[in-house]
Amino acid sequence: MSGRCLRGTQACPGFRLQAAGRGTGDGRDLSLPLTEKQSLLVKELQSLAVAQRDHMLRGMPLSLAEKRSLRLGLALLSSLQALTPWRYALKRIGGQFGSSVLSYFLFLKTLLAFNALLLLLLLAFMVGPQAAFPPALPGPVPVCTGLELLTGSGCFTHTVMYYGHYSNATLNQPCGGPLEGGRCSPRVGSLPYNMPLAYLFSVGMGFFITCITLVYSMAHSFGESYRVGSTSGIHAITVFCSWDYKVTQKRASRLQQDNIRTRLKELLAEWQLRQSPRSVCRRLRQAAALGLTWLLCLGMALGCAVAVHVFSEFMIQSPEAAGQEAELLVLPLVVGLLNLGAPYLCRILAALEPQDSPVLEVYVAICRNLILKLAILGTLCYHWLGRRVGVLRDQCWEDLVGQELYRFLVMDFILMLLDTLFGELVWRIISEKKLKRRKPEFDIARNVLELIYGQTLTWLGVLFSPLLPAVQIIKLLLVFYVKKASLLANCQAPRRPWLASHMSTVFLTLLCFPAFLGAAVFLCYAVWHVKPSGICGPFRTLDTMYEAGRVWVRHLEAGGPRVSWLPWVHRYLVENTFFVFLVSALLLAVIYLNIQVVRGQRKVICLLKEQISNVSAPTSATLAPTFSVIWVTLPSTPLPAYPQPLRTFPCMPQLLRGFVCQTSDPEQYVHFSASDKAAVRQIPRDLQEPTGLGPWGRV
Amino acid sequence: MGSKQTVFTHEQLEAYQDCTFFTRKEIMRLFHRYQDLAPQLVPLDYTTCPDVKVPYELIGSMPELKDNPFRQRITQVFSDDGDGHMTLDNFLDMFSVMSEMAPRDLKAYYAFKIYDFNNDDYICAWDLEQTVTKLTRGELSAEEVSLVCEKVLDEADGDHDGRLSLEDFQNMILRAPDFLSTFHIRI
Repeated sequence: MSGRCLRGTQACPGFRLQAAGRGTGDGRDLSLPLTEKQSLLVKELQSLAVAQRDHMLRGMPLSLAEKRSLRLGLALLSSLQALTPWRYALKRIGGQFGSSVLSYFLFLKTLLAFNALLLLLLLAFMVGPQAAFPPALPGPVPVCTGLELLTGSGCFTHTVMYYGHYSNATLNQPCGGPLEGGRCSPRVGSLPYNMPLAYLFSVGMGFFITCITLVYSMAHSFGESYRVGSTSGIHAITVFCSWDYKVTQKRASRLQQDNIRTRLKELLAEWQLRQSPRSVCRRLRQAAALGLTWLLCLGMALGCAVAVHVFSEFMIQSPEAAGQEAELLVLPLVVGLLNLGAPYLCRILAALEPQDSPVLEVYVAICRNLILKLAILGTLCYHWLGRRVGVLRDQCWEDLVGQELYRFLVMDFILMLLDTLFGELVWRIISEKKLKRRKPEFDIARNVLELIYGQTLTWLGVLFSPLLPAVQIIKLLLVFYVKKASLLANCQAPRRPWLASHMSTVFLTLLCFPAFLGAAVFLCYAVWHVKPSGICGPFRTLDTMYEAGRVWVRHLEAGGPRVSWLPWVHRYLVENTFFVFLVSALLLAVIYLNIQVVRGQRKVICLLKEQISNVSAPTSATLAPTFSVIWVTLPSTPLPAYPQPLRTFPCMPQLLRGFVCQTSDPEQYVHFSASDKAAVRQIPRDLQEPTGLGPWGRV
Repeated sequence: MGSKQTVFTHEQLEAYQDCTFFTRKEIMRLFHRYQDLAPQLVPLDYTTCPDVKVPYELIGSMPELKDNPFRQRITQVFSDDGDGHMTLDNFLDMFSVMSEMAPRDLKAYYAFKIYDFNNDDYICAWDLEQTVTKLTRGELSAEEVSLVCEKVLDEADGDHDGRLSLEDFQNMILRAPDFLSTFHIRI
């Protein structure tokens, strides 16, 4: 059977799949659920060539429906793999600089994906229909000078780029007037398109889908990077898991060795510091220094916020001369410079602090930078929605806010380019020629926070400028190439090896919680509380933007009994606060239950660990019995808890030689006793650790 | 699929595909890499299963391995007699386990064997000292090395017998989500 298994590959996957279905055969069904089975099979089939794959698929004893779904999954996976851009560039960066620097570029790719998704939605439902039915332009079109790319106004003003261009009527209806009207019947063969509703829904749906995708990626990344008890065992992990086998250049290899040596020295120093008791006096002094630096940094953040506030007030008060478009760039420039300069100052201040733990230092730096950016963005949001709206009552204030956000985005990009030029290129030249030091390190935290800042600006501006995600996509593409070139030419890998997987979770969490949540709050406030301007945009006749939905529902109510369920849903579920409370309470209860379940599992793991340490290791614990659940020989004997393809079993060379050259009897090689099998089956599967130790993990 | 190659029989290739994580093309590419290491030694016809071993010195000079401080241990673990001289089967097996498609358990098993310098199926304090010395190029003092080994045993030794068994090692690997990405050689 085993010989046939290898020689005739048609038989193999089917055999394994059947094995998965049968379970151990002793009454307890330990077979995998169907989706896990399928994913194992897809993974196996994926590694084959196409013709081989089809051949095997045909020969499998599966139902046609299962085969079709497998085929679809495989086709999708292979097409996605072909679409991954920058594969070679990312491999090169990872090979030369390690996975921590790579995590920055992967984060950039993630942001691109989010923006692309949002843009697709907006293009399909908002920009496209409006562009197909352009409204009458108020006045002559201004001439396009080059300054539009920086200021966003000028000939960009009355285009689909900004809120003001969108009509407040139902498109494609010849006598389509205000929302309440529409008594005229549409042209034969055309579809009336309610623009205000479409605007509200598209933006709302875009945010909703982004939220779901973000939360899902965050949860997925957290699941992959966090393990129970992963905070302990740092020495063991550094010794066994930190050597990157991918590194192939001599210089990079020596660098890695230096990094590991530094890391081990730091760990030992930290441990020794903790061992030696610190005097009260020294502790007080350290606490005082820490408190002082924090106070200074918070003060700086507050100072920046006040500065931005004062400056923006000044910009409102001073009369803006028409044609003085360059003046519009001053506020973004000032904010950008503050954003760039203050983190550097904070880093200098941090040198005053006691440096107990290098990893903590990094997190503290991220925290301070984040607080600074939040303070600045908060002030700006107040300035836009609070003050600007009041001052610009008779103008199209949404257009102006959209243009400002465009300017902020462009200025952020320009300052990032300048920072890369001076911070990395010039600094490298200086440090190599004058200071004789090594190349500067690539500051991952600062760069990632800049990406998050840019993304927050995009999300804040989507409501007022629907094409802002496109601008952000172009910006991210350019940033990728610039940063990659600068990295390869000017920087070296960071000296402290970061836990790259933890880092990507942290980045996504930072993206979700302060950034996306803030943008969502801004959007909700703008939609629910702010009066739209009366002269432009799709909501010009309404009190709030949300009213467009309400008006439509009222329109539906008058429509007749067939659609009466929608107004009912709207009145009793969406607008009803009691229902919202109920749903929130249910969600909280589910979260609480999950937390308790995880806590219970953790306790069980601790108990099992104690059991292991209580039972001393048996003297016959050689490696042979741990293969006790590898089944290569007889199909009638009980099968392991989960089937593994043949290649995942160790001791391959002997088996390979036996099978490939067909010289010896393969059944000789593996040898199991009944007691081994019984021992393995004793441990219930659900009490094993989450990722499972495999069939030879515990005996 | 029309096989134009004459190096392996159809069944041999199928067997290799089944038993490693490589596709047919990758296996042929790896065979040519192996053959390039010692062109006079390795025949171009493997249908008769010739018993050919490429010596360790040539394998250790491959660009993927030459700057790796553990290259000697890796070749010893995957060779038949533990001397570092590898047949084609050993070669394919080695790169299959170190490829990105191999699962965590398989990698953990071989990592354990690599770090077990004295081949006694346990990672004892001496093995740890060798590992740490190789990792840091001998630039930590003896006291620091022994301190590190002590802490590693404290953290990872679950059954408190003063050495790491395979289970302890795998337990510890579970807590390191980076292991899969670092224990990977790209070829």
